[in-house]
Amino acid sequence: MADRYVLAVDQGTTSTRSLVFDRGGRMVAVRQREHRQHFPRPGWVEHDPMEIWANTQRTCAQVLADVSGRGDVVALGIANQRETTVVWERATGRPVTRALVWQDTRTDELVSELAARPDAGQVAERSGMAIAGYFAGPRLRWILDHVPRARERAERGELLFGTMETWLIWNLTGGPDGGVHVTDVTNASRTLLMDVRACRWDEDLLAFFGIPAAMLPEIRPSVGVLGVATALSPALPIAGALGDQQAALFGQACFAPGEAKCTYGTGSFLLQNTGTELVRTRSGSISTVAYQLAGEPVHYALEGSVAVAGALVQWLRDGLGLIGSAPEVETLARTVSDNGGCYVVPAFSGLLAPHWRGEARGLVAGLTSYVTKGHLARAVLEATGWQTRDVVQAMAADSGLSLPALRVDGGMTTNNLLMQFVADALDTPVVRPMVGETVSLGAAYAAGLAVGVWSDIEALRRNWHRAAQWTPSPARAQALTAEYPTWERAVQLSIAWGAP
Amino acid sequence: MSHSADTATGPSDGLPSGAVPGSVQSIERAAAILQVVAGSGGTLGVTDISEAVGLAKTTTHSLLRTLLLVGFVEQDPATGRYALGTRLLRLGTHLDVNELRARASNWADALAARSGHAVRLAALTGEDVVVVHHVFRPDDSAQVLEVGTVLPPTTALGKVLRAHSHPHTGHRPAAGAAAVTAAELAEVRVRGWATEQGEYEAGLGGLAAPVRGAGGLVVAALGVGGPRSSLFDARGLPRSPLLAMVTDAALAVSRELGHGSG
Repeated sequence: MADRYVLAVDQGTTSTRSLVFDRGGRMVAVRQREHRQHFPRPGWVEHDPMEIWANTQRTCAQVLADVSGRGDVVALGIANQRETTVVWERATGRPVTRALVWQDTRTDELVSELAARPDAGQVAERSGMAIAGYFAGPRLRWILDHVPRARERAERGELLFGTMETWLIWNLTGGPDGGVHVTDVTNASRTLLMDVRACRWDEDLLAFFGIPAAMLPEIRPSVGVLGVATALSPALPIAGALGDQQAALFGQACFAPGEAKCTYGTGSFLLQNTGTELVRTRSGSISTVAYQLAGEPVHYALEGSVAVAGALVQWLRDGLGLIGSAPEVETLARTVSDNGGCYVVPAFSGLLAPHWRGEARGLVAGLTSYVTKGHLARAVLEATGWQTRDVVQAMAADSGLSLPALRVDGGMTTNNLLMQFVADALDTPVVRPMVGETVSLGAAYAAGLAVGVWSDIEALRRNWHRAAQWTPSPARAQALTAEYPTWERAVQLSIAWGAP
Repeated sequence: MSHSADTATGPSDGLPSGAVPGSVQSIERAAAILQVVAGSGGTLGVTDISEAVGLAKTTTHSLLRTLLLVGFVEQDPATGRYALGTRLLRLGTHLDVNELRARASNWADALAARSGHAVRLAALTGEDVVVVHHVFRPDDSAQVLEVGTVLPPTTALGKVLRAHSHPHTGHRPAAGAAAVTAAELAEVRVRGWATEQGEYEAGLGGLAAPVRGAGGLVVAALGVGGPRSSLFDARGLPRSPLLAMVTDAALAVSRELGHGSG
């Protein structure tokens, strides 16, 4: 019998990638295509949904051709950039405007107005998240307010709303010709429009944001058949969908309460599984849906998003020209044995979790004539480690769950100095899995689980293998705990500096 | 935009003997020859060069032969004229080991996942064979990250690196390397892979292949390690799917570094 493969689409911020995985969770083939970033005004970021749909079709066809004859591809799973918002015509499939990307800050003013309303407290109460421009709901409201006749057409059911997975599933299943209009529960939880306990669109939240219910997709579990992708050859069941960070949690096999992963990319995203009970947050992490298997209760997670991680190393390379390539930051940092008293707080456009201070601005603290570029490189790497500690501490305060080990992925995990620093700063082992493509693997796992390629989550757990482990040194952990208040002081300075 | 000031072009620029106290004469002379060759744009033969640096033709010739051997100059086989060698031009483009790890990481992971063995990437630091990247054996047993560890030259990784070192890359053979014969290193060079069957530690085996940089120079060795019996058959030959996995992965990393792309 031929091998059974699963196709995954990772619709990301800069590119769309199609990958095929085998039953061992190993990547068999990959194709990728980047799409254009549109910046029509300062703070505005847009993608062309038609271009992304074309790239999805193209990379899927390529990767299916790559593996034809080698195995049977039996299902498709989708992971997507979260909170990016698309509105299109039901009759034609034409978007009414370009997609508003999760990085877009045009709704800041709208969000301030909404947050000032006396009934604003219900948003956090029902959706589990405080009102912020980071989420999809305010973007949808902006489109309804600014695209001519959008609101009346939406009320008549002529326009449809979706995040990226919704847009792709609708097109894959026929588009104007019978396309299925669904979203997965993890993506729905990022809109501010969903009751996070009942996992239904909430009438009061829809009224608060002024969103017509007629344009909303049906909320479905992350793992389960959503429709048949007739646009592909061969047609495949679409059997899984997750927001990209939730997909990484799934791909890292974090299925038990307490298990957590951190993806170190441009920013860093730490998610910790909290089980089937929603955790009330007070310390700056946010409660989000982790995943849901069809017919089973929803699993929740705490999330801590840090805006700048790898982006700070890029700044060292492109902004300062101190290194020729990102990995060279480790070489430069190893020219010295400590940070020389230097701290870098990378609040380039404010601080996200756990501080949520948009006004904060970056700073370099502790400069003396002793500090060299080596110390600066070390401070840059340590900033990412300290920020991980900030987030982990907030989560521990909110959930009361201990962190047995932190599973990591992303480009920065090849940096041994950073990974050891994270292990020491958290006083927790840091482990890297054999398959670094955790986002697409999570999408493949979701789809394969739904159609029986894998029998249960235990089978997925058995696929997870440790490729590396960084073990904390007790002496270093103690020293870093003593040093942590200095970092916290630097963070407070960066908030004070940006205050109006 | 004059470039005559920093280029020796005539006999009058020849070196007075003992010009710099404490300097090594043959290096001074080689440097002068390189300056002349660089300034000529590949138009000079040995006679012109010996006149330009003010040295006897036989002395110049033997210096040029050494420079040729280490790849710092090249000779046009048709005209006998000298030009700067590609190896000299590559001296300034050192490959950072952390960059190397980042570029090799996906391929090393895939090799470990497919082979079921631990994977190591090693490079020479001075004379030492240093582990640059290490992927655990995928069985979730307790293992310790070996990045930064110095390996003995009798390992498969050490043999690959030594086979492609001195005089070819200017590295000197490491101390304690006598256990590996010149004949074995020559064989490693020709067939493109090395084995280790208990030389380093009884019962342990290794299989490694060279990783080449953009210019073709061997910059690292990539290999698997594990129980000798799981890597080799009863006759001591590498188990065939494993050998192809290792050489394919080394080739893939080489391509990632720009080797073979012209």
